[in-house]
Amino acid sequence: MYAQMVETGVKSVKSTTEMSSEEQAFQARIDAEIKIEPKNWMPEAYRKTLIRQISQHAHSEIVGMLPEGNWVTRAPTLKRKLQLMAKIQDEAGHGLYLYSAMETLGADRDEEVQKMHEGKAKYSSIFNYPTLNWADMGTIGWLVDGAAIVNQVPLQRTSYGPYSRAMIRVCKEESFHQRQGYEILLHLMREGNDAQKEMVQDSINRFWWPVLMMFGPSDAHSPNSAQSMAWKIKRHSNDELRQRFIDQTIPQLQILGCTAPDPDLKFNEETGHWEYGEIDWTEFFEVLKGNGPCNKERVAQRKKAIDEGAWVREAAVAYANKKQQRNAA
Amino acid sequence: MADWTLFEVFIRSKHGLNHKHVGSVHAADSEMAIENARDLYTRRNEGVSIWVVPSASITATATDEKEALFDPSDDKIYRHAGFYKLPDEVGHM
Repeated sequence: MYAQMVETGVKSVKSTTEMSSEEQAFQARIDAEIKIEPKNWMPEAYRKTLIRQISQHAHSEIVGMLPEGNWVTRAPTLKRKLQLMAKIQDEAGHGLYLYSAMETLGADRDEEVQKMHEGKAKYSSIFNYPTLNWADMGTIGWLVDGAAIVNQVPLQRTSYGPYSRAMIRVCKEESFHQRQGYEILLHLMREGNDAQKEMVQDSINRFWWPVLMMFGPSDAHSPNSAQSMAWKIKRHSNDELRQRFIDQTIPQLQILGCTAPDPDLKFNEETGHWEYGEIDWTEFFEVLKGNGPCNKERVAQRKKAIDEGAWVREAAVAYANKKQQRNAA
Repeated sequence: MADWTLFEVFIRSKHGLNHKHVGSVHAADSEMAIENARDLYTRRNEGVSIWVVPSASITATATDEKEALFDPSDDKIYRHAGFYKLPDEVGHM
């Protein structure tokens, strides 16, 4: 979801007899729910997969600031503007918690950011969609952050200690994001005029399917799931999380007085779950390949921020050196 | 970022409590590390005091020394209060 289709580089999960004694001890530790810490021995594939997963997660938080930043200067009131800025600052914070966790695996932050700029590392597909109206700020908080919460809550128990601790911090803050988003929509639906209500429905119509895609392809098409589950860096299947999200979201959708753009959506009395229509995975894979509506714009904006901020970072070092020399004198 | 130093961040969440490790930040110097740690780790009243320490200055126990270092205390149960059985009439001690 925030990390989609993370490659493990492993063709099939090793059985205990195929493992070296170090691998067996490592797997036993994971099976016993004992966290793996930076200095513990770990298989190279575990380290690399985690770097890919955590960096992708971090890049998503950072790129995720862009669609929201689009509305800071146009927020309808000062109150909404302050809330939006606080949320965006949180996303930056979440990105930094995650980059720190990634660095404990020996990865270099600059190099990993560079990989994203070169298109070698991904970020969540959802941030390649444009934010066209103010209601999109509500929909992102409610649905996008809502989907993120469903994914991140189980990741608090992930096997890698620093990742788990970063997730615990992130989850504490996400609930503000979701509630502020839902409140934006509720306010528009309850106090708004017809045009404002239509704006909410239009926003939900555009984001509904891309949000469901955030959880990644169906279990049958997730070749990396088995290894990631064995390592406990993924704790539930994509379909399971998607179902959990839909079941908790539909009642909230009804309270808003809105609908989902899915004619096949219906409640199954027997299973107690909502059934949903076919997801257009062609669109998902196109967006991942870089052909979504905003891929080029997002990456270009991130590169620009890094390049044009270079002088600030250099000046900070020059100033720190000067201060040090003055103190030494 | 490459020429910035990595600092570990410790926060005292309330007066009277210990500083606790919360994560790390990059910064050009310790003063900037404090500012970055303030923005990153105390956006919601999480702390009343911050320490930053260059990560390279921390010496830690090695994982393969765990048994050698910590096992010797396993069999010293006489170091715990509960080891000493006293008659009920003594009451709480």
